[in-house]
Amino acid sequence: MSKDENLVEDEMQIDQHDSDRPQKNVPDGFSEDYLKVYYGKLFPCVDIYRWLSYGNDGKHPACDQSYFGRREFSFTLENDIYLRFLSFNNVVEMESSIRKKCPFKIDIGPVYTVDPAKRRAYAQGGNNVFSPIERELVFDIDMSDYDDVRYCCSGADVCLDCWPLMNVAIKVLDMSLREDFGFNHILWVYSGRRGVHCWVCDGRARRLRDEQRASIAEYFHVNKGGENNAKKVNLTGAVLHPFLARSYTEVLKDSFEKKMLLSQKLFASEDRFQKILQIIPDDSIASELLDKWQGNRRSSISKEDVNVSRWEQLKHVLQSGKHKVQGLRRCVEEIIFTYTFPRLDMEVSKHMNHLLKAPFCVHPKTGRICVPIDPNDCDDFDPTTVPTLSQLIEELNMSNKRSESEEDWERTSLRKSIEIFRSFLSALLKSCKKEMNSNVRQSTDARNW
Amino acid sequence: MEIVRSQREPTHAAASTTSAKLSFYRFAPALEVRLEDFELYAIDRLRVLQGISDGLSRGKKPEEMEKLVTELWRAHMRHQDPSEVMNKDIISHFVLRLVYCRTDELRKWFLSMETSLFRYRFRLESPESQRSLMSEFQLPYKAISRAEFETVKEKLNQVARSIGQSLNADTLFFKAPFEEVPELFAGRRVFLQKGFAYVAMHQVVSLVATQFRSNLSKCLVLTNRKWTSTIRDTERDRLAPIIEALSTGYLGPDYSQPKNSAEISLKDINGLASSSFPLCMRHLFDKLRETHHLKHGGRMQLGLFLKGVGLRLEDALLFWKSEFSQKVLQIVGAERFDKEYAYSIRHNYGKEGKRTDYTPYSCQKVISSTPSTGDHHGCPYRHFRTDAVQISLVQNFPTAFVAAFVVYAHLLHPSAITSSLFDCFLTSLSGLAPDDLIYFNSEENLRAALTKMGVCGRSVDGILDKVRNKHYQIACTLTFEAVHDAPYDSGINHPNQYFDASRKILQNKMEST
Repeated sequence: MSKDENLVEDEMQIDQHDSDRPQKNVPDGFSEDYLKVYYGKLFPCVDIYRWLSYGNDGKHPACDQSYFGRREFSFTLENDIYLRFLSFNNVVEMESSIRKKCPFKIDIGPVYTVDPAKRRAYAQGGNNVFSPIERELVFDIDMSDYDDVRYCCSGADVCLDCWPLMNVAIKVLDMSLREDFGFNHILWVYSGRRGVHCWVCDGRARRLRDEQRASIAEYFHVNKGGENNAKKVNLTGAVLHPFLARSYTEVLKDSFEKKMLLSQKLFASEDRFQKILQIIPDDSIASELLDKWQGNRRSSISKEDVNVSRWEQLKHVLQSGKHKVQGLRRCVEEIIFTYTFPRLDMEVSKHMNHLLKAPFCVHPKTGRICVPIDPNDCDDFDPTTVPTLSQLIEELNMSNKRSESEEDWERTSLRKSIEIFRSFLSALLKSCKKEMNSNVRQSTDARNW
Repeated sequence: MEIVRSQREPTHAAASTTSAKLSFYRFAPALEVRLEDFELYAIDRLRVLQGISDGLSRGKKPEEMEKLVTELWRAHMRHQDPSEVMNKDIISHFVLRLVYCRTDELRKWFLSMETSLFRYRFRLESPESQRSLMSEFQLPYKAISRAEFETVKEKLNQVARSIGQSLNADTLFFKAPFEEVPELFAGRRVFLQKGFAYVAMHQVVSLVATQFRSNLSKCLVLTNRKWTSTIRDTERDRLAPIIEALSTGYLGPDYSQPKNSAEISLKDINGLASSSFPLCMRHLFDKLRETHHLKHGGRMQLGLFLKGVGLRLEDALLFWKSEFSQKVLQIVGAERFDKEYAYSIRHNYGKEGKRTDYTPYSCQKVISSTPSTGDHHGCPYRHFRTDAVQISLVQNFPTAFVAAFVVYAHLLHPSAITSSLFDCFLTSLSGLAPDDLIYFNSEENLRAALTKMGVCGRSVDGILDKVRNKHYQIACTLTFEAVHDAPYDSGINHPNQYFDASRKILQNKMEST
């Protein structure tokens, strides 16, 4: 931060002190007052409304005017008060409700058959006419699920050494969702602290039933086995399925060998390399390597990083073909998959009625904004420099409007994020319009393909 | 479908423009059916479905099931007029839909068996036939062209090798939207590209079966609605009685009239009980001997069984009187005995009241009865419990209380809880769900009863395994086979069937020695 900014901050603190306002004990970066300003001036409510309307907010004859009103939202207020089954008929209602209630968290649920606020009227007669009918296909990837393969941080913390695991997840999933499943409109969002969310917004994705969502999650499920399994990845078969093979050659291998191996120092100490040795199904090979490395024996003249050299040794032994033991065939890949392949929260993806945090929310514990991530640019994403709420409010206060038409967010660090979101949105809305045009022209028959 | 009474020749199905032998049963056929055929066709099909149910319960492998289905179909679904075979297939299916649409349990069973039947029949068709059937069924799978195959051949090969299979140039592939094949892509068993799955021919079979099942499931719900809203009333006197009878699922003889030559006398009863009674009746018989009393449910089940076995009314009256005299008669007195108990025995033989000759209970009826505390009827394979089952409620009580309860129960029913069970029970009290407790106790009981019948340890394990999987009649059949040291392929459906079969084997043994 520049000297000037430091000064401003001090001044602000003095101001607060002078006015004898009660000091709220909030985590750095987050405060309720700031949140109010944020919702008033920066939170892109209209863009989110346009997104979730999927084109139904226009004058097109195929528009369903009730569509947006059937979407469930939930607000988490201060003191963990939780309001569910909220709905809004239009953007004005939504905006005024958010500004009035100032929720600490906004979640987005599915689109139901009827307005969720009126659900009790439809619960009669046992025939459950109140049910979810559309919902984006969503994924939640949380860094704490990788605690057994990262040593730089644990729990809620993330740093630049372990964040690359998120990039791996983004790349692998994004590629597969587009190449294998044919989806096009995919929004990646920083979850505000230690993970990422994925929203697949194609019509075909929104109409998926629970069973199909569970199957997609299963397709991505490679790390299996619970606490007690030393070996969580089993790649049987003579070759890998094309999806796994592509993920391996295009993302996983390099990420492991060029990044994670070094940043996590995976072979630097005994308990670390033991974890890897446990994955090898052949005890004699594992103990052979253990002997070699125990006591940190290594050639003193070697300048090579110990992690790199030990990994090369391990690969050499496993791939030399000397040992004709069953199960060794894919061992190198299994290790790499264990340490890098995406780990999803399966439950989040499986059910249509799962609520997921909205983009552009503020994380109450870190103050960071849940900003969109461009998957093509994800390697440059730095979770430690994501704008915080207080930072944005300062930026707002510090500068002036440059022109009448300028929006407030344009002169803050939120600008880039909103631009990413808008480019996603324009592509999406274009295709929604196209779909509506063809809906008007012919009746949709799933078999007409 | 129009059902007619006359002897008119049934017309051929309007929709049988195909030479294919399989139907998807999408629509009720525009046929006229004779009332007799209505019932007979359904019964024949039911035999096929029950045979399949039996085969699956016995854990037959797919190849064995294919063989079984072929045999069952050939045995029951033929028709003298070859052009009628298809009609019989379709008509019988739709009749059984009416029968099995009416409760959730019936629907579940019918859905399972029909899907299995369809799956195995489809498997038996040639690949060309399967292809044409699929396009005829209008399933959302399209065979891919040679050109397209070439573009994805390498990837298809990769997928095949990844699941331990191989590709040959003739393997036919279909393309379907991924939504249609969730199980296949979840397990990464197909190649996905731009939203489409490439499915190999052999994988298609399970897909077709899934489509069949989901279609039938929807139809059954609709049929049920139609049944309850219109058909049941309009057909009250004609079809409804037939439907009701068919839904009991029991197709064998009713043993209401025992063969004269098979009359048994009182002095034989003890011997016959140990050698030829099925477990349910033996248990009742033993309890009667032991306690000199049976409650109503037990008197009905055993009494009617004995009638079916050949016990004459006079002997039955003597039998029950002599058993009850040691306890009940002393309490109620001879006059009341004659009035109440004797009356109901005569009632069973059709000599009182409505004078209906009651038929001995089939296994289905026995299994579905609901014995409560103090009752000994029902099917032991299902119902064997001790009063210790109430322990499930007691799990929340302090250990000392439970221990006392267990001791108490042990004293009341010495056979119920062995000491090893008692120890296990105490040590494993924590962390057990109520269901575990019930299960554990009933197995001991059943194990003891089977051992008493002369079944050896290993066979007992096999029987208990069937019991756990709720295949009670199979369990009884296995008991029969173990006790008589002979196979019994037909499967036990009726306690009197068990008795007759047992007598037959024992008589053959006697004659051969």
